[in-house]
Amino acid sequence: MSPDMNYALAEREAAEMEDRIPKHARPQEVGLRYVFGIATTVGLAALLFFLILPTVLVIPMSLGSADYLEFPPKGITFKWYVQYVTDPDWIAATLFSLKIAAATTVSATIIGTLAAIALVRGDLPGKALLQAVTISPMIVPHIVIAVSVFVAFAPLKLSGNFVGFLIAHTILAVPYVVLTVTASLQRFDATLELAALNCGAGRSRAFFSVVLPGIAPSVSTGAVFAFLASFDEATVAFFLSGIEGKTITRKMFEDIDFNLTPVVAAVSTMLVLVSLLVMGGLTLLQKLHRATSRI
Amino acid sequence: MTVTSTIAAPPINAINNRARASYARGYSKTLSLMLIAPLVLLMGFGFLYPVGKLLIGSLFAPEFGLEQFRRLIRSPLYLTVLLRTFEIAFAVTIASLFIGYPIAFAMAKLPRRWAALTTVCVLIPLWTSTLVRSYAWIVLLQRKGVVNELLLNLGWITQPLRLIYTEGAVIMAMTHVLLPYMILPIFAAVHAIPKELGQAARNLGAGGTSAFWRIMLPLSLPGVFAGCLMTFILALGFYVTPALVGGPRTMLMATLIGQQTTETLDWAFAGALSTVLLAATLTFVIAFRKTLSLNRGFAGVA
Repeated sequence: MSPDMNYALAEREAAEMEDRIPKHARPQEVGLRYVFGIATTVGLAALLFFLILPTVLVIPMSLGSADYLEFPPKGITFKWYVQYVTDPDWIAATLFSLKIAAATTVSATIIGTLAAIALVRGDLPGKALLQAVTISPMIVPHIVIAVSVFVAFAPLKLSGNFVGFLIAHTILAVPYVVLTVTASLQRFDATLELAALNCGAGRSRAFFSVVLPGIAPSVSTGAVFAFLASFDEATVAFFLSGIEGKTITRKMFEDIDFNLTPVVAAVSTMLVLVSLLVMGGLTLLQKLHRATSRI
Repeated sequence: MTVTSTIAAPPINAINNRARASYARGYSKTLSLMLIAPLVLLMGFGFLYPVGKLLIGSLFAPEFGLEQFRRLIRSPLYLTVLLRTFEIAFAVTIASLFIGYPIAFAMAKLPRRWAALTTVCVLIPLWTSTLVRSYAWIVLLQRKGVVNELLLNLGWITQPLRLIYTEGAVIMAMTHVLLPYMILPIFAAVHAIPKELGQAARNLGAGGTSAFWRIMLPLSLPGVFAGCLMTFILALGFYVTPALVGGPRTMLMATLIGQQTTETLDWAFAGALSTVLLAATLTFVIAFRKTLSLNRGFAGVA
């Protein structure tokens, strides 16, 4: 008996069973199911509301005209954004964060990609241990990393300093790059590289002309994760920041504690928009890439 | 390759096989070491050395011994903090599971358009910084915050409630911040269950509820375990949210370590606390490492 047949039989049986249900019991059951369906929809909507509300809430809060956070805002104003862009402290912190995030993206992407190649293709002693150490910044509580780095870097004059931040943030960002690139290298057909080598290309030529284009989407995904891992990072930044070198997240921490003007809401909105644009753009690009590579 | 050159005329196949054998195995040891060297140096200097220094430092203050750890055990205050950290992490995990499972299920099983909407609602908080989301909870819960204003306007309360700096506030905000880490592994597990299994159960006479409890739920358990472990570990060592939403009465291990580092400047004790926190985290990771696949979360994201 073919599976189709089986299916058809089962369906007929189900129909028959339905028929066997006493007619008067049915409307009630349908009614219950209807109520149940509405309850599920409302419940799910409430859960989604819980999920999305706190992220979206900062937007109306940043537009309120009062000098404190008021809800609902009585008038709409952009003065908090103007205050943010004209405050030299905020601008300095923003530029410092952007500089660190850009440098972290470059260093984490290069170091992570090279390491992923060695971990997937290389001949290395103690691969499992190396893998564990590479991933461990995702597992070890960030507070432990933050305090350790703060205590170790302070005597080396690396706290509140660009190089110190670059090292600490690269460590936090590198696992994202290693994980995404490793996954893509494992999917990448090794015989393509072999073909390039057989056709006379050297190791590096084969890598740059064949392997790298193949894994480029994952490398760029890793780079985007690395950027956000640094730009949005708050725990290490809180401890490693100094009076001079202060990141935007540390500045936010201070302002949340000391004055609750809507400027922080304006900065938060800006951070949300940056994250959404970057990740949304990445998702769109991936969709496009998948669509074109299928052809 | 030196071997092939000494043999006069090897059959073509032999060369190919030899080449395949050596290249397919991958890069030579020297090259591999060169490729991984930057990472090893970075990890050594920026991660293993500082963490090791902090942990070992806790053993040498004032002299070699477990003095700092004895302090932790002797003081009821610190023990309370340790206990509270586990309690809150547990509460956050359970709350995330109950909120996250239906969302993950909806993401995997709803018709296309609604599933996409649910996915967007999951991804937006995942993508935005935890600092911003913790700040949003202050805005919601503070004395003149959104929740209090709303309740006052509705006339349900006459005086603002004390919401922020409470244990409930910390649990709620941390649940919200960590939810995506629960949802994505469950989504991946539910999504991987073949649709036919549910249909088969229904065809064999199971009702919707019975098909869920006996087929879908057991098959999604690996995702549930992975999500719970990830959420619990992250909750144990979380700093940003408890530091902002919590108060002195909701001190957790992470905030206590922070306080010892920046206010009391007792780095040896901070080291001892970090050792305890790290040991607790690693114990859970190693005990349940089979359930934890870090790739799983990414498969959901990318």
